Amino acid sequence: MAAERATFRIWRGDAQGGTFQDYPTKVSEGMVVLDAVHQIQAEQANDLAVRWNCKAGKCGSCSAEVNGNPRLMCMTRLNQLDLSVPVTVGPMHAFPLIRDLVTDVSWNFEAKKRIKRFKPRPPDAPDGTWRIAQGDVERVQEFRKCIECFLCQDVCHVLRDHQMFDAFIGPRHLVYAAALEMHPLDTENRIPDLKRAHGVGYCNITKCCTKVCPESITITDNAIIPLKERVIDQLYDPVAMLFRKLRTRD
Amino acid sequence: MPDYQTHEHDVLVIGAGGAGLRAAIEASAAGVSVGLVCKSLLGKAHTVMAEGGIAAALANVDDRDNWKVHFADTMRGGQYVNNWRMAELHAKEAPDRVRELEAWGAVFDRTSDGRILQRNFGGHRYPRLAHVGDRTGLEMIRTLQDHGIHQGIDVHMECTIITLLKDHGRVVGAFGYERERGRFKLFKSKAVVLATGGVGRAYKITSNSWEYTGDGHTLAYDAGAELVDMEFVQFHPTGMIWPPSVRGILVTEAVRGEGGVLRNSEGRRFMFEEIPENYRAQTADNEEEGWRYTQGDKSARRPPELLTRDHVSRCIVREIKAGRGSPHGGVFLDISWIKARIPNGTEHIKKKLPSMYHQFKQLADLDITQEPMEIGPTTHYIMGGVRVDGDTQMSTVPGLFAAGECAAGINGANRLGGNSLSDILVFGKRAGEFAAKFAKSGKSGTIDAQQLEEAARRAIEPFDRGTGGENAYQVQYALQDMMHDLVGIVRTEPEMQRALDGLDALRTRERRVGVGGHREYNSGWHAALDLHSLLTVSEAITRSAIERRESRGGHFREDYPDKDTAFGTLNFVVRKAPDGRMEIVRAPIPGMPQELKNIIEEMK
Repeated sequence: MAAERATFRIWRGDAQGGTFQDYPTKVSEGMVVLDAVHQIQAEQANDLAVRWNCKAGKCGSCSAEVNGNPRLMCMTRLNQLDLSVPVTVGPMHAFPLIRDLVTDVSWNFEAKKRIKRFKPRPPDAPDGTWRIAQGDVERVQEFRKCIECFLCQDVCHVLRDHQMFDAFIGPRHLVYAAALEMHPLDTENRIPDLKRAHGVGYCNITKCCTKVCPESITITDNAIIPLKERVIDQLYDPVAMLFRKLRTRD
Repeated sequence: MPDYQTHEHDVLVIGAGGAGLRAAIEASAAGVSVGLVCKSLLGKAHTVMAEGGIAAALANVDDRDNWKVHFADTMRGGQYVNNWRMAELHAKEAPDRVRELEAWGAVFDRTSDGRILQRNFGGHRYPRLAHVGDRTGLEMIRTLQDHGIHQGIDVHMECTIITLLKDHGRVVGAFGYERERGRFKLFKSKAVVLATGGVGRAYKITSNSWEYTGDGHTLAYDAGAELVDMEFVQFHPTGMIWPPSVRGILVTEAVRGEGGVLRNSEGRRFMFEEIPENYRAQTADNEEEGWRYTQGDKSARRPPELLTRDHVSRCIVREIKAGRGSPHGGVFLDISWIKARIPNGTEHIKKKLPSMYHQFKQLADLDITQEPMEIGPTTHYIMGGVRVDGDTQMSTVPGLFAAGECAAGINGANRLGGNSLSDILVFGKRAGEFAAKFAKSGKSGTIDAQQLEEAARRAIEPFDRGTGGENAYQVQYALQDMMHDLVGIVRTEPEMQRALDGLDALRTRERRVGVGGHREYNSGWHAALDLHSLLTVSEAITRSAIERRESRGGHFREDYPDKDTAFGTLNFVVRKAPDGRMEIVRAPIPGMPQELKNIIEEMK
């Protein structure tokens, strides 16, 4: 792929409206979509709005839809794309548009605050800390790889198509809740909240979130389904329900 | 009068990486109201890129470790021009700061008996870095973020500060703009903490993101505070070099900590060929001993690949210049060879270095478990910054504090890997604590309307010139090329004098920069406004580097290739002279207490 040209069809516009515009530019070996966007920004469209920081798939800022697929632009190599036709680059659809490739993701930060914070058990090792086995942290470490790119939120139909931002916290925050719930030191109970305030039941396991996760977190199987099971165990188990009823009568 | 929104906080923290978040948490816990300004979204700051770990003498893996060894390692690494008080506090307090992170939910890798695991790193005598695979920075920033959001801190995301406001010599607020709508914001506060990170975007090849334009350095300098040690820039030895678009992206030192070796095109471990005198006693003299060290053999000394970053970078440059480089102008870093030494090598590498595996696989089509990587030096960190009091982190301007990379002192002439994550915790906390104290004892000042008007006028000038003006990106690229060529890893006086002329010319171009469009999320405008900071720190680096006529740590002078003891007792201070020009002043390093001297002597 030595020094050829390709066309990038980039969304330009704001909440009031906009259009895709074509930008032909030079491409070279190893380039990613974000490189092309930067080149276009520096040479042809100085005011093109785009978020980015690390350019190494670690910060989760440059989320966009490349040829319709939710992707990090910094981790999407041009050699994975068909450059004989224009490459479409648009903003995430689930969130309100600010400008060009930048969307208003502030809801995510508000939603996270509503999840009960980490509450560790008192330190129980002689030195005033804790002892935790590696095996017990690995499950949580998978969830803590999350870079908060919000691509899973973008692709989740409950948010994207139904815009149920008040009723459902979305896959990212279910992963966050799972990391807390399965943290070996945590003592908080978030199960009632997960059922009611956080709407875990709205997830119908289509696994779209898992497919787009750039960190390859097994969101649905490892985080959401176990949370659903905990909700059922705690809140729908017939024996437990009967037990609770009897206790309330006491 | 410009149109702006006003916010009022007791303490305003500028920057929301590890240092800023830690400062905000501490100040807030002290009972004052806190505003936290981030240039990007919350949780995206550069801390997220830190890979290897947090240096703290927990002694979980090697019980010979303690704060004294860590202190001596830090001073040795910094070539003894560090602020020794900061090095002392840092070594003493880092373990508590790490344990505190765990209490806030961080999930570190574990030892076999369930404690926080620690790994080897360059310049650290014992395994000292608490870590989570090779994504420790992410764990840290997320832990601080998730803790901080419940503390009642007001977070102002995607907001850039362009000037600090003063009243009777004291800092009383800050003025800036938010990216989304392009509106101005006035922050009134009784104390300000700068935690804006570094200056890497002044260079062409860097591991740093667009945010790293030296904002805090410049805000402080413009407000009359002193900078120090600006000649000391760290070029990390291992950045990616191929393909061209990834040039500069960091390859963690943990690769070498886990047994990775450096080789030239002849296949030789060239790091064995030059071991500095002050490290000879603690460095392995054969490959076998080096390997045993990385595998935890306490009787072995560390391999020369784990010498300090300044030295390793220079050795790599030497190999490349001698024609023994790799095909794309670097050298080879090989971790795949350890498969011959340990069972399940492939899985082991993936487990210890997951994001490196991922990064090379996705960006360079290279499997690090099978092939060596090609790497070369990349601009990574600046040891220099705002001159602060070691205990309180207050600058020479009352009410103005600084912590983390934008402050100076702890690292001296060269920073050890892992000491940054601990630095930002230890001194972020201290800055927050003392800023809160200062705010409680002070009262709000008066905002100078003229200063606001002037700042606002300058900020929107580029729109008046429109697209007919200079392109901000091209000015930035020209600066990056020039700093890379003339004030890079190897420096000479004539080249740096040329750089000063070049900076004058770039200032002229900066004044002609124009942007089109409107103020809402206009990246071109943001790039234009960052130029002032980039040019200021570039000048500070160049002028300081000219004055230090010796080679020490990250500062290497081809015309003065040796260390000169006369320069070992002083720092260079940068400040704005009354006539507005930048001046460089020699500041003698205060005498070290006997107790600390003894520690350094003992550990030699």
